[in-house]
Amino acid sequence: MVVGVHLLADADLRLDAAPIDYVLLGVYFVVVLGIGALARRSVSSSLDFFLSGRSLPAWVTGLAFISANLGAVEIFGMTANGAQYGIPTMHYYWIGAIPAMVFLGLVMMPFYYGSKVRSVPEFLLRRFGKFAHLVNGLSFAAAQVLIAGVNLFALATVVNLLLGWPLWLSVVVAAVIVLAYTSLGGLKAAVYNEVMQFFVIVAMMLPLTFVGLHKVGGWDGLVAKITAASPGTASEQLNSWPGMNLTGIGNATLSVLGIVFGLGFVLSFGYWTTNFAEVQRAMSAKSMSAARRTPLIGAYPKTFIALIIIIPGMIAAVLVPELAAFKQGQDTGVTYNNAILLLIRDLLPNGMLGIAITGLLAAFMAGMAANVSSFNTVFTYDLWQAYVRKDKPDEYYLKVGRVVTALGCLVAIGTAFIASNFTNIMDYLQTLFGFFNAPLFATFLLGMFWKRMTPLAGGLGLIAGTASAITVDVLNRNDVLHLAGQGASFVAASAAFVVDIAVSVLVSLVTRPKPDSELVGLVWSLTPRDQLRHDDTGENAGWYRKPGVLAAGVLVVTLALNIVFW
Amino acid sequence: MAEKRAAGLFDLRGVLALLFAVYGFVLTVLGVAFTTQADLDKAAGVNVNLWMGLGMLAVALLFALWVRLRPLTVPEGEQPEQSERDA
Repeated sequence: MVVGVHLLADADLRLDAAPIDYVLLGVYFVVVLGIGALARRSVSSSLDFFLSGRSLPAWVTGLAFISANLGAVEIFGMTANGAQYGIPTMHYYWIGAIPAMVFLGLVMMPFYYGSKVRSVPEFLLRRFGKFAHLVNGLSFAAAQVLIAGVNLFALATVVNLLLGWPLWLSVVVAAVIVLAYTSLGGLKAAVYNEVMQFFVIVAMMLPLTFVGLHKVGGWDGLVAKITAASPGTASEQLNSWPGMNLTGIGNATLSVLGIVFGLGFVLSFGYWTTNFAEVQRAMSAKSMSAARRTPLIGAYPKTFIALIIIIPGMIAAVLVPELAAFKQGQDTGVTYNNAILLLIRDLLPNGMLGIAITGLLAAFMAGMAANVSSFNTVFTYDLWQAYVRKDKPDEYYLKVGRVVTALGCLVAIGTAFIASNFTNIMDYLQTLFGFFNAPLFATFLLGMFWKRMTPLAGGLGLIAGTASAITVDVLNRNDVLHLAGQGASFVAASAAFVVDIAVSVLVSLVTRPKPDSELVGLVWSLTPRDQLRHDDTGENAGWYRKPGVLAAGVLVVTLALNIVFW
Repeated sequence: MAEKRAAGLFDLRGVLALLFAVYGFVLTVLGVAFTTQADLDKAAGVNVNLWMGLGMLAVALLFALWVRLRPLTVPEGEQPEQSERDA
């Protein structure tokens, strides 16, 4: 009987694609592979391959910056959150991503770009030496292949639903396409595809938002339907604060603290400022000015994307019968992760359907490509070149990069099957970020502003921080701590941050720091101010290109949206 | 410097204009000529293909205009890039 229900539900999830939808999908992939082939012509050194020769304009890197993250994580995860928790999900953007992106552009980018490092771990190498470098290089490489697997799995799910291919075949085919364009064109091909994918995703989400709202009777209709469906929790779903349903923390004050400190300060700052998959996009910009503007330009679309991703999730939970029933506790064979697919099925006609399918596939592929293209850089520069085969000619590392890209895709196929065991992909990802990024952010912050911090402190802080995040997670999974929702990852990240700082300070006090002369360009107080400044003449001139002005603008917009959805 | 010339031939804005022109055209045709009552009922009366098609044509036009008004030029300051590569 149970089996029967599931078969029925699976059949219902199938999107009714017509030949024209496949044609639109085909057009996109011709362009994607074409870009890979064209970009190959501009790859003549390893720097071309890994950082696109540091040649890209700010609007391209800015859109790629947010697109690299606009994979399975956001599309499935955030619509799922929207369907389940409602408005509090906005915190991921307006408390989390935006302030963090501003901080990256204003404070941290000058160090990254100015010190000419080629990756985030390489910054650690320069600042703290080999121990911290190796810890981070290895943990980052591991995290990226895991997350690439999540994206790959999401992609395979869509292909499976759409074409009815078995999951394993979809996984392999998708991995081969990503491999084709990233190993041909390197980062430039990945970045260009990310920008294209950004526009296709927006083209997919806009009609879902507007037609969805039209169908439920506008915003008021949505509010009325959510209130009618779940009278007890409607106000939690319709107000951003204190967001107790999102955090799973029963006390309003602690919940706000969890969101502001755990999600906002630690988790998001950690993710957006130290995750190389993002920062790599800014590093590939053509000048210091463009590098600083990259996250700031990206922040504007990011602010509004929250609306066209989370609101469709909320609409799906009242408009799609199966999902509405699931929310009432019935087993209908769908989960929150299906929200976006169900909405596409119920709203879009053939034609637009093809573009929506294209957008989904492109997003998951671009997400995976971002993971793979940052993995191959860190593996080649930070592990292979630093510890295994030093001092080879540049062509050698270019070749290694291409081979490692293939290996990364292979491992991702394996991790895709790990991801298939988690119901809410977002929980899984947040957990991973907590383990790796939160302590890294603590170490960066302390290391950039406290010259006394020692090499040993850098390495031990990272290990202690990651270990404490894992401890919190294990305690919660074994019911020692009781945190439902996503509060567990906020708490794990906060613990990692605090422990990292504490251990780093203690270890620094009893070990010997690096001499000041080796820290120029890496620590705030020892870096000449003009080394952190950028050229503001020529194509970098104009008030609207000033990082400060861009940052202030996006913060004002974010604050306004925060107040509107209070 | 064949590398620079290759970059000049390959302007992302042009690719975007082309992609959305094709998509916009197809959707507009579908919206005008092939929209069924069932499609309209799905979307509570909105002709999704038509509106999105017209929107995409507009986006394509904007990208084309941008390329036209600010053509890609080979940057004069190639020096910084070189010095970075040496670093």
